[in-house]
Amino acid sequence: MAEAYFPVGPGLGTEENFLSLDDILMSQEKLPGRAESALPRLAVLLGQGAGSAESIPEGSKLEMPLWLAKGLHDSKRRIISVELPKIYKEAWRTVFSADANVVDLHKMGPYYYGFGSQLLNFENPENPEIAQSILQASI
Amino acid sequence: SLPSSRRSEAKAGRTDLIFLIRFRHCCLLRNQRCLLAYLYDRLLRIRALRWEYGSVLPNAIQFHMSAEEVEWFNRYKKSLATYMRSVGGEEGLDLTQDIKPPKSLYIEVRCLRDHGEFEVDDGTTILLKKNSQHFLPRWKCEHLIRQGVLEHVLS
Repeated sequence: MAEAYFPVGPGLGTEENFLSLDDILMSQEKLPGRAESALPRLAVLLGQGAGSAESIPEGSKLEMPLWLAKGLHDSKRRIISVELPKIYKEAWRTVFSADANVVDLHKMGPYYYGFGSQLLNFENPENPEIAQSILQASI
Repeated sequence: SLPSSRRSEAKAGRTDLIFLIRFRHCCLLRNQRCLLAYLYDRLLRIRALRWEYGSVLPNAIQFHMSAEEVEWFNRYKKSLATYMRSVGGEEGLDLTQDIKPPKSLYIEVRCLRDHGEFEVDDGTTILLKKNSQHFLPRWKCEHLIRQGVLEHVLS
């Protein structure tokens, strides 16, 4: 069975493969962000709140899976804005450029490359540096 | 039409709604994606079964397939058979045999479990009893080896 079974592989670069189980698992990983306007009942919906029907005030910090971040995100930042997770920020990037072998990537997040490539979807001034960094880390 | 106070209420509610509508839509799309990927992956595995088990699936496996999947399997089987007939001259070519290049035409096999009677080319039958060994044509044994009924004994 193993010989003839060819599952759908993950997508390349910033595109996911819709039917890829790997990409589905990867896009479940959480991203930090913040609410750009008052969001009603979001706490309940995200599973982070105690269950009342209040809205989350503008500006509060959120954590949401990548698929939701992609869905709610737009360039005008009306609903949410997305932040870079720590592992892709400047400080960690210098660690990777020093020696990627040293870092235990699995502890940092199981889908470092795929997820990092997805981050390039959100316009961020650091995008070229992020792309460089994940490329270098994989070589 | 609504009085002006009601209208401004409705408008205030609307920006909230935009978010909720979009959120719900994202969730629906996500569920749809997960379901489609699951169903598609099942089909990929069912397709692999044709190469693993041959054209007749064991009951234990069919039990777990939906009617539509069985239908799909039959259509795939037919498609594959049509293709194999069109390749390799008069009788066609059975691509599901000899997937790895064979070293010889006949092989020594040992029976791993009781499988009952097995008909050989010249019409005689062999009793496949646990631990019995036989010298059989490779092409007849391949499926049984893959299913774990026979084991190729290397001399």
